[in-house]
Amino acid sequence: MRAMQHFTAAAAIGLCAVLGAGLPASAQIKIGSVLSYTGPASFLGDPEKKTLEMYVADINAKGGVNGKKLQLFIYDDGANPNNARTFATRLIEQDKIDAMVGGSTTGATLAMIPLFEEAKIPFISLAGAVQIIQPVRKWVFKTPHTDTMACEKIFADLKHRNLTHVALISGTGGFGKSMSAECHKVAGKAGITIVVEETYGPRDSDMTPQLTKIKNAVGVQAVVNPGFGQGPAIVTRNYRQLGIKMPLYQSHGVCSKQFIKLAGAAAEGVRLPCAALLIADKLPSNDPQKPVVVNYSREYQKKTGQAVSTFGGHAYDGLMILTGAMKRAKSADKAKVRDEIEKTKGYIGTGGIVNMSPTDHLGLDLSAFHMLEIKGGDWTLVPGT
Amino acid sequence: MAELLQFVFSGLTVGAIYALVALGFTLIYNASDIINFTQGEFVMLGGMTTVFLSLAGVPLPLAALIAVIVTTAVGLALHRFAIAPARGASPVALIMITIGASIFLRGIAQIVFDKTFHSLPPLFSGGPIRFGGATILPQSLVVLAGAAVIVVVLWLFVDRTMLGKAVIATAANRLAARLIGVDTRRIVDFSFAVSAAVGAIAGILITPITLTSYDAGTLLALKGFAAAMLGGIGSALGAVVGGLLIGMIEALSAGYLSSSYKDAVAFVIILVVLVAMPQGLFGRVKVERV
Repeated sequence: MRAMQHFTAAAAIGLCAVLGAGLPASAQIKIGSVLSYTGPASFLGDPEKKTLEMYVADINAKGGVNGKKLQLFIYDDGANPNNARTFATRLIEQDKIDAMVGGSTTGATLAMIPLFEEAKIPFISLAGAVQIIQPVRKWVFKTPHTDTMACEKIFADLKHRNLTHVALISGTGGFGKSMSAECHKVAGKAGITIVVEETYGPRDSDMTPQLTKIKNAVGVQAVVNPGFGQGPAIVTRNYRQLGIKMPLYQSHGVCSKQFIKLAGAAAEGVRLPCAALLIADKLPSNDPQKPVVVNYSREYQKKTGQAVSTFGGHAYDGLMILTGAMKRAKSADKAKVRDEIEKTKGYIGTGGIVNMSPTDHLGLDLSAFHMLEIKGGDWTLVPGT
Repeated sequence: MAELLQFVFSGLTVGAIYALVALGFTLIYNASDIINFTQGEFVMLGGMTTVFLSLAGVPLPLAALIAVIVTTAVGLALHRFAIAPARGASPVALIMITIGASIFLRGIAQIVFDKTFHSLPPLFSGGPIRFGGATILPQSLVVLAGAAVIVVVLWLFVDRTMLGKAVIATAANRLAARLIGVDTRRIVDFSFAVSAAVGAIAGILITPITLTSYDAGTLLALKGFAAAMLGGIGSALGAVVGGLLIGMIEALSAGYLSSSYKDAVAFVIILVVLVAMPQGLFGRVKVERV
């Protein structure tokens, strides 16, 4: 049966390719995207591009949206916001898109926002920073959870364990810096005191001096490491090397099997907040997100041969929220689609359950993150979170 | 006291890594006056090739050996196809070529390997060594020992063999060296091969500590270059002393001052030393005879 479905899908795609040239342009909904699929942010843009292409083909094979086929315009900004702005202009003036999904990096997104606001085109960003949706802009939405939420999730877990005094050891790369700033912002409200903060460079190979200082600081009960890349793995190794017994929290930046592999036995007992997508097989079967994330992981792995990342998931959510809104609006009219995106309620995506409102253009709450503990070289869900 | 000792151990670990990378700069500089910015990519290639071969099921010692051979071949190719055709160009132009080659190699590595981080198992398994309330990983000592062995071998080679003398002669005066029968092109070829091999060995030894990825070479080369300059470029002993000094300064300033400014502190000290002693700590003063 599955094979048969695939055959029809393939046949439909083939047919589209043959007929595509003959279709009048007006029968299509044009979706624009600017992604960083080469350059230093390609770990974001690459899975996003593959996901968009995969699912646009899938939607078209199933008959499109409101009887119209989707046409995708993707440009590569190479992680350069200037290029992103140029391509955004091209999407608006030359390609005349109906809606926009994309912007891999916060820099690119912020550079493109004024253009789409002015052109009144609905814009769903795939970038992390909270500044994209705060203050709320009429035409701008985003799908990825924010650093702020990761901090809040960690702090909530700390409170749950009656720990209130923490030390931060933050990477000085963009991710670490931004998350550390957000942690400082929400600490007071969460009843957490940040006793001491140390930093390390993105390519440092030994963090024992910083950790020794934290170990000897008075009153520290737990350590939080906002960081991305190989730094957190080295911090974790050094942490065990120094024999520090306090709980260690990592961020959602290292939610991948790779982290466990790099940190090895030292990763044992580390806690971190992760999106449901990365632990698809670990979710309880009654979890509403389970079917979505299991399905997306399977399809993505089958088509690309690569492991899923949350970034591709953000693109999936962006496309589905957009097409959902178009279906409800029964047209691709920009203003109507925008209103419907804002009314998205109970959309179950890879990033969480989305409930947007005129004041919340992200629509995720803390349940989008699951608190995990590494045990026996694998993730386990921390009960009650 | 235990705190100070821990900072010193950290300084030794980081310093040994810088020293090992810095060593690769010396031989090429000695033979050709070129500062080879591809050195960081040699280090990356050594680590990454070993990682991917061992993932493919090749036993680790064999994987390491093949990695050294592959990197050596890349070093040779770099000289034959990029540096040698441009001979006669000024050293600055040649240094530009090495920067270009390093970007090229990074791009190739991105495609041939992948974009994620990898690690290698340490040479000796087992926990950290405890001493006076502080800890150091056995692999840090391995890196240190590796640097020592390479220094001794390079010194023996340059000081005690005919080939080594020929390298020095080529560096001193290429025309005169050729007149007395030294095949200078061979000599520079050879220095690129050996530097690449030294880089690959460095990469294999440090990967268990630093982890590696296709772009790991850039910052390592920068720190290694700083170490080589501080120690006096061209001097193997200087490279090691320079590396250890920078590592130690970074660790102590991270420990006692501020971890945010440790790199700044290290670079300020390098600047001060180079203003006072432009040839570095162990560098020979160049005398130009007119």
